[in-house]
Amino acid sequence: MVVPFFDLDNDPGSNFTSLLRKVGLDPFAYGHSGDHHQIQAPHGTTVLAVRYNEGVVMAGDRRATMGSRISNREMEKVVPADRHSGVAISGTAGIAMDMIKIFQLQLEHFEKLDGRPISLEGKANQLSQLVRANLSGAMQGLAVVPIFAGYDLLRGTGRLWDFDITGGRYEEREFVATGSGGGPASTVLKVGFRPGMNVNEAINLACQALWEAADVDSATGGPDVLRSIYPVIATITANGWERREDADLATRFDVLSQQQRSQREGTAS
Amino acid sequence: MNQPFYVAPEQLMKDRADYARKGIARGRALVAVQYHDGIVVVAENTSNTLRKVSEIYDRIGFAGVGKYNEFDQLRRFGVRNADVRGYQYSRDDVEARSLANEYAQILGQTFTHDVKPYEVEILLVEVGVDQETDQLFHIMYDGTLMDERGLSVLGGDAESIGERLRSSWKSEDDLSTAVKKCVAALSGPERTLYAGDLEIAVLARNAQRRCFLRFDDVEVGKLLS
Repeated sequence: MVVPFFDLDNDPGSNFTSLLRKVGLDPFAYGHSGDHHQIQAPHGTTVLAVRYNEGVVMAGDRRATMGSRISNREMEKVVPADRHSGVAISGTAGIAMDMIKIFQLQLEHFEKLDGRPISLEGKANQLSQLVRANLSGAMQGLAVVPIFAGYDLLRGTGRLWDFDITGGRYEEREFVATGSGGGPASTVLKVGFRPGMNVNEAINLACQALWEAADVDSATGGPDVLRSIYPVIATITANGWERREDADLATRFDVLSQQQRSQREGTAS
Repeated sequence: MNQPFYVAPEQLMKDRADYARKGIARGRALVAVQYHDGIVVVAENTSNTLRKVSEIYDRIGFAGVGKYNEFDQLRRFGVRNADVRGYQYSRDDVEARSLANEYAQILGQTFTHDVKPYEVEILLVEVGVDQETDQLFHIMYDGTLMDERGLSVLGGDAESIGERLRSSWKSEDDLSTAVKKCVAALSGPERTLYAGDLEIAVLARNAQRRCFLRFDDVEVGKLLS
């Protein structure tokens, strides 16, 4: 494959997916199986994002499943999209990973060609188009449903969005959670959310939501103390993306499990 | 039908080269040098929006002199090429050498076959893990590709700027010293260049992933003071 020197009337502009299509590398060109049978492929599960006073917290468990089998314990479903935004995915792992890769490249590609980054709103819109481009994959059971969150430098605040498989994009004011454990996680976030929380409270709330999701959803992994595998939790503020250390998360989950234990003992006596 | 006059190929090439050189000499020059932890590119450019120096990929930078629309088209080609290659293979498979060859092909092809040659000179730099592996590819308007060591000068008056720079430049200089020497070489003894006249960017060797970093006028002022 060779990238040609484009004529003006054939130029793909600053868009990386258009460029890929022009050079014959359409990332969403699936072979069409006429009978739309469901394909079995690894799936990823609970991811969430919460706003707090300085920005947003994003979090996701690490488990990928294929049917009832755990196919991966260390998957990273929450990744930086660029310096001031992050993306979290639930759905078919393989396609989601490629979608993240294209999304990251798209943001960087635009920034390099145009000399400035896309606005946060624009980034969410880009992701929405990628999700829609995968619609035929979603019809074959290969759906990907992301969460997008970031710090809006123009408005000076954290913002977050969730999506549906048709590319529908919904901005939320407080929190979002999606994936098979998204239900219980949402409930925890809903009950625990307070406007203007600080970073510590927001991270603790995210940990608790993941904990409860893992407690009821077999496809969501809890903290794995035995192998020292903890969820991915990151903050995005005016200073950019920052992933929390495993040691910090280990302490938080330790406190959380002790609380749960003492609650149980309290009710038993 | 008129019979076209015979023009000797030597004459044809010479005319084209003269034409391209004239176009390039009209613009301002730029220099790139190694410093102790990277490569710095210093361009004389009064515009704050139309860039001469820019990012191609994680460790690769681009600089052009001459006609803006022409080298900007080449820059866009470079970014596209690098991003598609990185997507298709891996980020480690994107390197300046192969892109420099592509540029040489395009410029050479245009020089011999098209109505008008490119009136540009471009520089492709890649910062390596150490100074030994740094690369500076200087590509001329006719596709001549030069692999340069340590420093590179592009544009009009390149000879005298190069002489001044070679006499002062040391690869172990720190950033601020290197920048001052570059600016002195660009300006010559009769002129003074200020932050607003300069565009400065580095490829920092020890940056995390994207090594390209551009300085604004305030930061340039600090480097010069």
